[in-house]
Amino acid sequence: MEFTLKTFIFYGFALITIASALAVVTVRNIVHAAFALMVTLFGVAGLYVFLQADFLAATQVIVYVGGILVLILFGVMMTSGRLEMRIHIERGQLLLGGGISLALLMLLLTVIANTPRWENLTDDGTPLEPTTKQIGELILNEKFLLPFEVASVLLLVALIGAALISRKEVRD
Amino acid sequence: MSLQHYLVISAILFSLGIFAVLTRKNAISILMGIELILNSCNLNFVAFSRFVTPSENIVGSEVFRLDGQIIAIFGIVLAAAEAAVFLAIILAIYREFGSIRPDKVDTLKG
Repeated sequence: MEFTLKTFIFYGFALITIASALAVVTVRNIVHAAFALMVTLFGVAGLYVFLQADFLAATQVIVYVGGILVLILFGVMMTSGRLEMRIHIERGQLLLGGGISLALLMLLLTVIANTPRWENLTDDGTPLEPTTKQIGELILNEKFLLPFEVASVLLLVALIGAALISRKEVRD
Repeated sequence: MSLQHYLVISAILFSLGIFAVLTRKNAISILMGIELILNSCNLNFVAFSRFVTPSENIVGSEVFRLDGQIIAIFGIVLAAAEAAVFLAIILAIYREFGSIRPDKVDTLKG
């Protein structure tokens, strides 16, 4: 494989994503973990750009970084006093969890390396961009209309449910 | 960049998320682990739909190349709904128990 600027940038994004994900699960301070998660989400958005998913990359940044991450930070601020900012970890659980996730990683890597159909599939360079128009047409008048409506009902249910669960109970 | 590059990145993200869910003693850190897992799944969907195209004799097989992206968008929608409900439950638990350590919430434990 020739070493071009594109591969260099790809490996940069991959490295950023994995390193910050490692920081998310190892850093002891939960606010630092939240900011590391932001870097991970940006890295995944960059990988989406490499897969020619421009609309998805923008959605990832807007919804995850602009929405979910702010929600997580609000949750941190409202529930963690100064004492609980640091995350306690038990040693036995650390060993067990590390063993299980390492075994899972090894299993996944074995499967990835030993599936002949996935080998040497390289990007044929077919341009898909801009994907926004095609995605909109697929969602609104073709085969994804029903899932779209179900998703909107799901969002409404989640909105009402979250408001109902988190409000203060009024006793009279 | 082959398909396997993306699959390896996604596998690493997935196992890091599992590690966070299994070892962290703070409900919000567990939520971060779940977000990592969901991101790895979305990355897999998009990568597979980019590289593995259906057989050529299906009419309009070019259309299928966007299916993974649309499913990833639905995955993001699900993640947003899940995060909102998760944090509402965390706030309710915090008011009730004064802590969000998952092992403190054991009222139903026999």
